[in-house]
Amino acid sequence: MRLKTRRNTPVWLIAVLPILSILVAFIFGAFFIIWAGESPITAYIALINGALGSSFAITESLTRAIPLIFTGLAAAVAFRAKFWNIGAEGQLYCGAMAATLVGTGMIDLPSIIMIPVLFIAGALAGCLILLLPVFLKTHMKVDEVVTTLLLNFIILLFVNMLLEGPWKDPMAMGWPQAARIIDNGVLPTIVAKSRLHFGIIIALVMSIIMWAILRFTVWGYEIRAVGYNQQASTFYGISINKSVLMVALFSGGLAGMAGVSEVTGLKGYLTLTLSPGFGYTGIAVAMLAQLHPIGVIVSAIFLASIYVGADAMSRTVDIPNYIADILVAISLLSVLVGSMLARFRIVWGK
Amino acid sequence: MLELLELILTTSLWAAVVRIATPLIFATLGELICERAGVLNLGIEGIMTIGAMAGWLWVYQGGDLWGGVVFAAIVGMLFGFLHSILVVYLGLSQHVSGIGITMLASSISYYAYTMIIPFSTTPPKIVAFSAFEVPLLSSIPIIGGAFFNQTALTYLAYILVIVTFYVLYKMPLGLTIRMAGENPVANEAQGINVLLIRTGAVMVGSALMAIGGAFLTMSAFDAFYFGMINGRGWICVALVIFASWKPGKAFLGAILFALFEALQVRAQLIGADVIPYQIFSMMPYFLSIVAMMLVARRAAYPKALLVPFRQGDRI
Repeated sequence: MRLKTRRNTPVWLIAVLPILSILVAFIFGAFFIIWAGESPITAYIALINGALGSSFAITESLTRAIPLIFTGLAAAVAFRAKFWNIGAEGQLYCGAMAATLVGTGMIDLPSIIMIPVLFIAGALAGCLILLLPVFLKTHMKVDEVVTTLLLNFIILLFVNMLLEGPWKDPMAMGWPQAARIIDNGVLPTIVAKSRLHFGIIIALVMSIIMWAILRFTVWGYEIRAVGYNQQASTFYGISINKSVLMVALFSGGLAGMAGVSEVTGLKGYLTLTLSPGFGYTGIAVAMLAQLHPIGVIVSAIFLASIYVGADAMSRTVDIPNYIADILVAISLLSVLVGSMLARFRIVWGK
Repeated sequence: MLELLELILTTSLWAAVVRIATPLIFATLGELICERAGVLNLGIEGIMTIGAMAGWLWVYQGGDLWGGVVFAAIVGMLFGFLHSILVVYLGLSQHVSGIGITMLASSISYYAYTMIIPFSTTPPKIVAFSAFEVPLLSSIPIIGGAFFNQTALTYLAYILVIVTFYVLYKMPLGLTIRMAGENPVANEAQGINVLLIRTGAVMVGSALMAIGGAFLTMSAFDAFYFGMINGRGWICVALVIFASWKPGKAFLGAILFALFEALQVRAQLIGADVIPYQIFSMMPYFLSIVAMMLVARRAAYPKALLVPFRQGDRI
């Protein structure tokens, strides 16, 4: 058995790989469910029911997908250029802080202006914090993986400090949370009696914009080129540093918008529990989508359903909801293995 | 200033320094071995978590302490093996695989913990390793009582620094490992199986990371907590760069880092009224970034780090 490089990958294979990966995850996940002493079939039925069993469940899954679309896009655009931004979690909180700073009374404008202002503020905050790792990478050759990861911890401590100190809402009965976003800054819900908010529209629009940028603009071309082959890109006069900067601005901005959308659409205020690791899950979202901005929408909804379903399942069947994280991690690893099949063909025999 | 000097001269401070440094020494050595063989292992954070979990679980279920250490090491090795299959044999992205391993190992740890202890407010404590005084050495003023009145795992960490150094620089095996990270083609020309060497290095390195995690549950906190690794793994990745991939420097780096950490904790107590404690807690992470900035320009990365190797490749 050996591997042969494919000239081009069939389209059906690219579509089938993520589905296969998730199947693999569910098969391995079954062992963990058996370990917990439950039947995988009952558990998975409960999971699917919890995620898609009612119209409320579906809106919950879609609501959970919103931040994942943003962080998935953030990872996808960065990984395209092989810029390893693992700091989406921190950038998300920076966006949330910016929305809180601007949206809790600093300015009060009609919704139609207020909401874009908050999103721009959040995106800027996400970009700004990512500038430090970018500068360290381009000017001092410091690896961005470790700096973006470490910044996550610093930012979370900073949010903690604000919420226990100057930003603590005295009306919150001692809970460490910031003041509410003023009414004009709150995203409207788009389905009655649900939590599904306007953020989903913004997320979808951003996916299309990112797709168009990567597909049709010179920037997008340069980003893809740098990802494929840095030396060749330099040879053709593409500045690597400039491309990395562009990528970082998009990536940080998108992650920041995830924070704005959670604060203004879902919670209404900043807390330390705003994100249960959306930044990290975004990496799985992006990989399952094969780093394609439109694919991100599908994989974000899919992974969000697993999380929502697992929460519901853990209430009825006696299985910790960490099963969702296990399933997502296994799908990430198996789609990575699957990407081999997209690049190579297995030839049996000599 | 004089107070700071007095503080630095106390045995209790240095004892804390060594306690903080021990898990970092294990995990930094582990990452160092992986990277020397040409493989970045970002699974470190998750492997430390599951090592902490495995060691705790073994003892909690009635096993003995050394059995727990061995169990943690085996579990770490298994995840190292998974990482090797993906990045050594299949040549996939070491970044993505590492992050995936971290996500998988930590979620399995938390899953298992919630399954075993479903509703508890205070994590159950285990009977952990107790300190053991080394005769003679522990009577050295100030540092003697700090470095040589620790638990067995800390002594194991000292020994491993020396063993790693000896193997890497004084034995043919070490040369082979280093060559796998610098020039695998040359390795192959000698008839050495590069893939096997890399896999072995990643598995041994991962075992050390897991023991580093196990130190936290079996020698420091005596219990398992959610998020207890708290970025220590990532700090170790930075420490490896700071140590320019040398075991001795890794040891010194971990001690230096732990000294700042211990001082930071003490400053937190003194300065709590003026400066929020979070500012102090940020210091270790800032420090790691600064440490990388200091050395990054002249950092001599192993030349084949991140580069997958296929048998029969030519340059």
